[in-house]
Amino acid sequence: MNFLIASLITFLAASVFSLLSRGEKPKILFSCFGVVVGSLLGLLPAVQILSGEGSLGEMWFSGIPGLTLALGVDALSAFFLAAIFFLSILISIYSIGYLKGETRLISSYPFFPVLVGAMAAVVMARDGFLFLICWEVMSLASYFLVSVEHDSREVRYAGWIYLIATHLATAFLMVFFILLWKNSGSFLFEDALRRLPLSPSLAGMLFVFAVIGFGTKAGLFPFHVWLPHAHPAAPSPISALMSGVMIKTGIYGILRTLTLVGGPELWWGGLLMILGMLSIVLGILYAFVQEDIKRLLAYSSVENIGIITVAIGLGVMGLAWPNPWIATLGFAGALFHIWNHALFKGILFLSAGNVVRTAHTRQMSLLGGLLKPMPVTGALFFVASAAICGFPLFNGFISEWLIYLGLFQGGQDFNHFSLFLAVAGVVALAFAGGLAIAVFSKAFGVIFLGNCRNRDITKITEVPASMQIPILILGLLSLGIGFVPQMIWGPILLTVQSLHTGFAIEATTIVDSLATISRIVAGIVGGAAVLFLIRYWILRKKPVRLSVTWDCGYIHPTPRMQYGAASFAEPISTFFKPLLKPILHSKHFTEYYGDLAEERFFVPLFKKTTRFFSLLRRLQKSQTQDYLALMFVTLILLLLWEVWFGI
Amino acid sequence: MEWLITGIILTSFVVLGSSRLASSIRMVALQGGLLSILPVLSRPSFFDLHGLTLFIISFFIKTVAIPVFLFRSLKQAKIQKEVEPIVSLHLSLVGGGAILVMAFASLRAFPLPTAPFPPLIIPAALTTVLIGFFLLVSRTKAITQVIGFLILENGVFLFGMTIISDFPLTVEMGVLLDLLVGVFVMGIIIYHINKTFDHIDTQALSKLRDVE
Repeated sequence: MNFLIASLITFLAASVFSLLSRGEKPKILFSCFGVVVGSLLGLLPAVQILSGEGSLGEMWFSGIPGLTLALGVDALSAFFLAAIFFLSILISIYSIGYLKGETRLISSYPFFPVLVGAMAAVVMARDGFLFLICWEVMSLASYFLVSVEHDSREVRYAGWIYLIATHLATAFLMVFFILLWKNSGSFLFEDALRRLPLSPSLAGMLFVFAVIGFGTKAGLFPFHVWLPHAHPAAPSPISALMSGVMIKTGIYGILRTLTLVGGPELWWGGLLMILGMLSIVLGILYAFVQEDIKRLLAYSSVENIGIITVAIGLGVMGLAWPNPWIATLGFAGALFHIWNHALFKGILFLSAGNVVRTAHTRQMSLLGGLLKPMPVTGALFFVASAAICGFPLFNGFISEWLIYLGLFQGGQDFNHFSLFLAVAGVVALAFAGGLAIAVFSKAFGVIFLGNCRNRDITKITEVPASMQIPILILGLLSLGIGFVPQMIWGPILLTVQSLHTGFAIEATTIVDSLATISRIVAGIVGGAAVLFLIRYWILRKKPVRLSVTWDCGYIHPTPRMQYGAASFAEPISTFFKPLLKPILHSKHFTEYYGDLAEERFFVPLFKKTTRFFSLLRRLQKSQTQDYLALMFVTLILLLLWEVWFGI
Repeated sequence: MEWLITGIILTSFVVLGSSRLASSIRMVALQGGLLSILPVLSRPSFFDLHGLTLFIISFFIKTVAIPVFLFRSLKQAKIQKEVEPIVSLHLSLVGGGAILVMAFASLRAFPLPTAPFPPLIIPAALTTVLIGFFLLVSRTKAITQVIGFLILENGVFLFGMTIISDFPLTVEMGVLLDLLVGVFVMGIIIYHINKTFDHIDTQALSKLRDVE
């Protein structure tokens, strides 16, 4: 615990020093190295807990009467802490290179250690009050980092949407924690565990509030509207941090809720699975039609959060059924996918950052042929794309395989509606798996292959080593987990068991099959190596001639004639036209895809709300005394009400 | 102890009815003095450390520091000596009376243990808070706003007195410090408003409204 406290203090100190120091160099050094040191300090105990040394005791702070603030770390917290600290180390190393010359970002970077510390504190908090404080600090710190380029109207709009979304989420969470507090008389999670069981209706209501509140942060459909705005607006390392770990705090919240509100019911799992499937299908469809690389990645995050949520929903259904085998598979798959997604989404956002940094545009149709000048970035983008599509050899395959296994098991053991959901889950995952390949072959192909489409972009060179090495480490880990998945099975099983005391599963079959996977993977790699050697041997003596791809007989092909991002998406977007509803601007030859949830639900909702509150605006008076008089009259009326009618 | 509490109510009435700024400030100082004696009387012995410290500090802040500061800003800002209420002084007094009646009538809504103080302390505190609020509403000058705020705080302090044994000393000190800083800030603002606009009428601030 001392290490973790020291790490939190380090983050705070790094932020303060970075804020106070003058000049760009010390600002960068304080914020980035502060995060590296603090994260290393925090990573130690997290890894210790995950290696099975038992959870750390709780720490109490009680300064204000009637309120106790508590910090503590169990396996679930340690699981998320490990991801947060690990990714933060790499991102802060990356930032050292990225920040050079970004004056405005540097002056906002003191918020970076605050964000990392707040995320760590959110998963360490052991009472509702401290949790909400840290949650808000996290939201605000990330808001300031998102709206760094605030002279652009788009960025201001994105920041505004993010701020509103995150505050609405917090409102639901406040209701959630206050209801819990009313029931147990204390904000402490421990007391919530010990008190009498909740009535089913109250527990269900609490769960729905938690899903809305935490789902908004996680980016679950239909609460995901802030993601596609905030990610393109934010600087790339911040997008990577937010998509890699910050949205996972929402998933952490849902998992923590399951431990707080008692034994789950079947419909909770059903709700999670339905929301998850919607996120998967719509997320990947919207990702497919995007032109902006970071917007594409944001929608892909929605899809992956959907996969995680489907797995959690499956686990919850397994608990409610009760079927410990399915529950274990569901939760283990979800947790595994959380780490995996942190790895490959980190790579994708950071390498997209490299591309944006050198080419100064996020529009894919202006890019092309970047693999030659940027081989490392391109190769790593490829690795991460393969991983996110769930190809064997890479880590994404393992978690999706676990989830499929659970869903198929559900297809055998469930009946009625749960059976339908399990089968629908398989279909949704398969659908998204296929489309994910299309999405990422489009992204990789358009950005890195072919020739550059924009003649203005010249002199593209590879980014400095400090921006390559962090991505390289992530890529190697992604491959490593794909090869030897059993090495992180221990921590995952430990975390799953900490979620619910009822799990006493001997998961040796899973370990065995994971070992089989790694043998098969070794076989594939060996076979590929052999084939490659044979090819090399055959081509050894033959002359090799470079030539253009067959270009349908055009005499003067230009790079702009290449198959572009929109051409890739055209067949599928035509097929899904009724759902995607593209808006065509024939004058500019552009197509715009609005978001279903945003345009059909949130925009009308906020318009109506604005109209309602414009009535209230008439109450606005010109003098301070008038406002005070309003307050005075309200107070007197409330007092009289209390006295004469009682509440 | 009852005479002290009665004195506190009466002083707030005097503030409500006085047309001079200087006498209002003096009355607030007197009220603060009366208030700071209360915790000493509540202790079994006079030489109780907690009560005595609280007495010394609150007496210093409420009856010496704040009034001196207010008089100084009165002199600096060269303010006219009248109160200039929105509601006339007679009507203010009637309003104060209504507040008093209401506060005593709503005694049963606060079944708090008041020992060692007489049960009178709860309605007295409520009256003081509400009269302070009433002053904030019905007076326009910045310095009368400060006075209203002070009386409101005195009422809160009186409420806090009933749970004094539960409250750690640090919390009380924090509240007092807060008050002092608040008055300082307000004094500085008064000075600057006066310097910029040539008067301290808060009605002139209405131009800050965003929608016509």
